[in-house]
Amino acid sequence: MITKSNLYRKEKIYGYLFILPPILGLLIFTLFPFVYSLYGSFTDWDGLGQMNFIGFDNFKDLFTDELFYKSMYNTLFLMLGIPIGLLLALLLALGLNRKIPGTTTFRVIYYIPVISSLAAVSIMWNWAYNGDYGLVNQFLELFGIKGPNWLMDKDTVKPALILMTVWKGLGYTMLLYLAALQSVSRSYYEAAELDGASGFQMFRNITWPMVKPVTFFLVVTNIIGGSQIFTEMNIMTPTGGPEYSSASIVFYIWDKAFKNLQMGYASAMAMILGIFIFIVTLIQFKMNEKSSFDGD
Amino acid sequence: MSHSQRTKVTNIIIFIALAIGAIVMIAPLLWMLSTSVKEKQDVFALPPVWIPEVFQFSKYKEIWEAGPLLSGIKNSVIVAVSVTVVGTFTSSVAAFAFAKLRFPHKNKLFLLLIASMMIPYPTVMIPQFMMFSKLGWVDTLLPLIVPGLFGNVVMIFFLRQYLLSVPDAIIEAAKIDGSSYFRLYSSITFPLIKPAVAAQLILWFMGIWNDYLAPIIYLNSPETQTLQLVIANFNATYAIQTDYPLIMAASIVALLPVLIIFLIFQKQIIESVAISGVKG
Repeated sequence: MITKSNLYRKEKIYGYLFILPPILGLLIFTLFPFVYSLYGSFTDWDGLGQMNFIGFDNFKDLFTDELFYKSMYNTLFLMLGIPIGLLLALLLALGLNRKIPGTTTFRVIYYIPVISSLAAVSIMWNWAYNGDYGLVNQFLELFGIKGPNWLMDKDTVKPALILMTVWKGLGYTMLLYLAALQSVSRSYYEAAELDGASGFQMFRNITWPMVKPVTFFLVVTNIIGGSQIFTEMNIMTPTGGPEYSSASIVFYIWDKAFKNLQMGYASAMAMILGIFIFIVTLIQFKMNEKSSFDGD
Repeated sequence: MSHSQRTKVTNIIIFIALAIGAIVMIAPLLWMLSTSVKEKQDVFALPPVWIPEVFQFSKYKEIWEAGPLLSGIKNSVIVAVSVTVVGTFTSSVAAFAFAKLRFPHKNKLFLLLIASMMIPYPTVMIPQFMMFSKLGWVDTLLPLIVPGLFGNVVMIFFLRQYLLSVPDAIIEAAKIDGSSYFRLYSSITFPLIKPAVAAQLILWFMGIWNDYLAPIIYLNSPETQTLQLVIANFNATYAIQTDYPLIMAASIVALLPVLIIFLIFQKQIIESVAISGVKG
């Protein structure tokens, strides 16, 4: 006969057995490398010879490294695309939330860039930005504007990348906004309408508060994703762009670690990136806690 | 104008705006497609030619000779299929344990997994690279495959949430009947969560198929490269010769599999993304 405690003992064993792979994976492929990277950031690690402990030297060097500042600045600059994308996506979602024909088709079309391979669309945009015969300049020519050679000019390379990232991410943001809008009860709007509220008032007092948690979620995840941008510049500006003006922080880490074999130095940068993402995530967790206490 | 008339007019204006937006969104991809069937001289024609007079499909033949495209596809399939099949299994079994089984420290361990999502790939990629290079796995597909076999935290999280809404009573009843724990998972839980598993699997598959950073770190020789690297190399090689139809044809081939999967499963994918995002 199986006793209750016997049953529980078995359940315990199976429980641990079932979660063993992801826990092991976490230890081997995340926690251990993370600790190693932390240690490596305090050494002169070159991936080949000995790792000598050099204290904070890597971090001190970073403070005087012009390219580090540049790639940090570039990464942050590219995040200007986040508010632009959010605004456009919200407008789109508001439009798609109405009873108009073809909403499913629109949803699919706007979402196609999201699922498209980033490498393939980077290649496509790389060409679209060509100064002589790129799609973007051909389009501008319709209005009599002579476009620049986007990716070769340090003033236009970042806006060009922003435009592309907005294009790529718009469908995803729109989709999340749409899901949030559809969870807003119609009765709020009906009540407001009876009270004679204007469209703008309804947006400000009903829609905006209801989509605020999603906006926050999107801001945070976009910052986290944006701080790790890499593929676009690797394909479109393989040398980091004119005067390194399109290199992102991950691009610089990759360059230092795998091209120059300055693993310790690159680890120090990776740690700074990690701390940045940690802080952003922490803020999200705190805000989530708060909003769940608000009875959300 | 009455209220309903006004709504109608507004809707028409919005429809037109959405349609123009949709054209702008899809135009670059259509241009890519159109370029891939153009003659080389048409590519640079001004004003741009959207629909070429003669469709040249020869580039779609040429790409297989021009670079290791076929082996790129093969490598991508090997990585994406092995990771998603095995990884989905380990993830769903773990999600089942986290949601339905009782054992000490369960929630703490789950939190630990969730917390690990805070550690981004770029911060662990250097030691991971050294680790795999010590094993002699650089320039093989193993560094891309092995970590994924241990499961995917996002998937575990999503499936666990999904399973919490499945009543415990079904599982308890089967447990009393003496069903084994693996059978509880395989014949009771898994069928219930199949749609969620499928949606997550597809999303994960697309993520791996389109991955670029990890492959570029590990794979050097052309025959081990995944499809994304192969087309990036196409771009690097043939842009100098301005053979854009060739580059675009290769890019279309890289795009097509996920595009087809998406169009077939778009309903499930879109729902899954919407749910995971809003609840996230």
